[in-house]
Amino acid sequence: MSEMPAERTVDRSHMQVSDEIAIQITHMNKWYGTFHVLRDINLTVHRGERIVIAGPSGSGKSTLIRCINRLEEHQSGEIIVDGTELSSDLKNIDKIRSEVGMVFQHFNLFPHLTILENCTLAPIWVRKVPRKQATETAMHFLEKVKIPEQANKYPGQLSGGQQQRVAIARSLCMMPRIMLFDEPTSALDPEMIKEVLDTMVELAEEGMTMLCVTHEMGFARQVANRVIFMDQGQIVEQNEPEAFFNNPQHERTKLFLSQILGH
Amino acid sequence: MTETHFVRTQMIEEQEPPGATTGAVGWMRENLFSSPLNAILSLLSLAFIYWLLAQALPWLISPTWQANSLTECREIIAEAGYGGACWGLIRERFLQFIFGFYPPHLYWRVVLDFALLAVALAPILFTGLPRKMLYFSAVYPFLMPWLLWGGTIWTPVMAAVGFVIGYLAQRFLKPVVGDLAATILAFVLPVVWWIFLAGPVPNAFASILPLAIETVESRAFGGYMLSITIGVVAIALSLPIGILLALGRQSDLLIVRSLSVGFIEFIRGVPLITLLFVASTLLNIFMPPGTDFDIILRVIIMVTLFASAYMAEVIRGGLAALPRGQYEAADALGLDFWMAQRLIIMPQALKISIPGIVSTFIGVFKDTTLVSIIGLLDPLGLSRAILADSNWNGIVWEIYGFIAVMFFIFCFSMSRYSMYLERKLRTEHR
Repeated sequence: MSEMPAERTVDRSHMQVSDEIAIQITHMNKWYGTFHVLRDINLTVHRGERIVIAGPSGSGKSTLIRCINRLEEHQSGEIIVDGTELSSDLKNIDKIRSEVGMVFQHFNLFPHLTILENCTLAPIWVRKVPRKQATETAMHFLEKVKIPEQANKYPGQLSGGQQQRVAIARSLCMMPRIMLFDEPTSALDPEMIKEVLDTMVELAEEGMTMLCVTHEMGFARQVANRVIFMDQGQIVEQNEPEAFFNNPQHERTKLFLSQILGH
Repeated sequence: MTETHFVRTQMIEEQEPPGATTGAVGWMRENLFSSPLNAILSLLSLAFIYWLLAQALPWLISPTWQANSLTECREIIAEAGYGGACWGLIRERFLQFIFGFYPPHLYWRVVLDFALLAVALAPILFTGLPRKMLYFSAVYPFLMPWLLWGGTIWTPVMAAVGFVIGYLAQRFLKPVVGDLAATILAFVLPVVWWIFLAGPVPNAFASILPLAIETVESRAFGGYMLSITIGVVAIALSLPIGILLALGRQSDLLIVRSLSVGFIEFIRGVPLITLLFVASTLLNIFMPPGTDFDIILRVIIMVTLFASAYMAEVIRGGLAALPRGQYEAADALGLDFWMAQRLIIMPQALKISIPGIVSTFIGVFKDTTLVSIIGLLDPLGLSRAILADSNWNGIVWEIYGFIAVMFFIFCFSMSRYSMYLERKLRTEHR
C-alpha cells in the first residue's frame, strides 16, 4: 500500500466536525437474494466528518456506501441523508442523489462526451443551471483538480489518474454536501494514485463531508477523523485513526492490519 | 563470450524507418507481393479482373440507346459489329421506372418532394449544418404525403395540430393534474382529435379556404418513387419505435416487458410476405365495411412494424454492451430515467449499434421489392409488366441489371454514410 508522501502536511484549519447530522443509518439490513450482505448497520455521520471504511473484500463496504445514494436498495431499517429519508419515493431519491456526489472505482466517465461536457451535463439538466454558468463552474473545478487544459478532450484520451480527477470534478460541479468514494484508487497505476489522493486531501481540507472506501491506510491516517472496519456485513470496529492503527481491539481487525501493513 | 546485458547511458533519438516500407513501392510490397504465394495470388486476381472486364465491357458498351424494340436492337448491333445489350428499353421506360403511373404533368411534385426530403434529412445526417434547418425536418413529415397524394392542405395541418395538442397537454397540464396524468392525456387527447375531429374540421376549413392540389390515387404510385416512399417512412419510423421496444424489453414492469417481447418475437417469427398478404387481403375483412384504408398506408404500417422488431433487437445489443457503470454514474448524478436514456445511454448504445441499424435499414429498403407480390408496381412489379410487352420480349439482363444498379446506389450510399458516422463518432483514440 502506498503511504502518503511524508512532506505533505495536511492543513486541518477548516476540518471541523459540526453537531449537525449529515447521514443517519439505523438498523439497516440488506440481502442479495438470500445472502445477508449488510447486517444491522448503525452509523451516524456528522457534517464535516471524513470517514474511511476499511475491511476485507466481500465485507459489504462498497454496498454500504452504495446504499446511501440508493444505487443499492436496502430492505429494512432507515437511512436519512441530509434530513430526507430514503424510501422508494423517486422524488426523494433524485433529491438525495443530486446532493450526494459519488466517485467510482472505474471512474465511469461518459466516453461520448468531452471532459467539459461530462462536468456540465448534470448541472444543466438536473439543476437547470444556464450553460454559461455551468461551464464556468466546471472550469473552476477542473482547475482545482489541475487539468483545465484537458477540458475539450475525451475521457479515452486521458490517463487513469486524470480520468479519476475529472470524475471528482464532475461530482463537485453538482455542489454536493456529501461525497462518497468507492475505492477511488484501486484501478490506478501506482504512479497515479498520489495525484488522486492529493485531490481528495484538498477536498478534505476544505471541510467536505466524506465517506471513503479505500485501502489507502496512509490517507486514512492523515485525513480521516474516524476509521470504520467492516467484516461479514457488519461494522465490527470504529475508532480514531491513531487508536485504530496502533491499538486495534477486534481480532479480525488485528489480522487485517497485520496483513496489509505487515510488509 | 562477452557480456550482452548493459545499461544504456544515453537515450536514443527517434529514427527514420528502414527504406521501402512507405510510399507506393512499400505499399505494394506489403499488400500485394509480401511472399511468393501472395504474389502469385495477386497476379491471378488481376488476370481474373481483366477477364471479367474483357467479357462485360463490350456487352455493356452498346449503341442501342435509341432502339424502339428488341428487333431494332439486334439490327443496330449487327450493323455496328459490336455491342450486345439493348438499352433502348431503359430509355423508353426510364420515367416509368422512376414515377410508376403518376400523372406526367405532376412529376414535379414527386421531384420536389424528394428534393425537400434531401433538405429535411441533411441537418439530421450532418451535424455541421445550421440547427435551424431541423424545424423544416419537423414539418416535412406532414408536407411529404400531401405533396405525393395531394388533396386539401388542411388534412396535414390537422394531423400536425394533433401533435401540438399533445405537446401542450404535456406542457401545461403537468402542474394542474400531475406528472402521470399529463403524460397519459398527452397521448389520449391527440388520438381523440385525430379520430373524431380531424375528419370534419378540415372539411369545414376547406369550404372556407379551399387550398388544395390535385389528388393522385395510390394505384398510380409505382417505380422507385414507391420504393423510396415506403422505404423512407418505414426507416424513419422503425428507429424510434425500435428504441421504445428495446427499452420496453428491458423494463422492470412485467406487462410492458411481456408486451414488448411478445410483439418482437411474433413479428420476427413471421415472414414479411405473410404480413404483406395480411395487409393486402385480411385487413380489409376485419375493418368495418365501407372503410377505405389506403393500400400503401397498410403496406407501410406492416413494413414499419417488421423493421421495428428487428431494430429493437439490434438496439438491445447496443444496450447490453454498455457497462453497468454508465447507468450508475447517470443515477448518481441525479439524472432521471428519460434524461439518462437520452443523454447517456442512447447516444452510446446507438453508436455501438450503427452497423446493425444500417444493415436493417438496407434490408428494409430492399424488402420493399416484396410489395410486387401483392400487386403494387414497384420496379420489380413494373419489370414483369414490361417483360410481357411484345416489343421487348426476351430482355432480361438489361432490365434486372438496371434495377440492381439503382438499388445498389441507394444501399451503398447508406453503407458509406454509416462508415462516415462511425468515424466521426469515434472518441476513444483521437
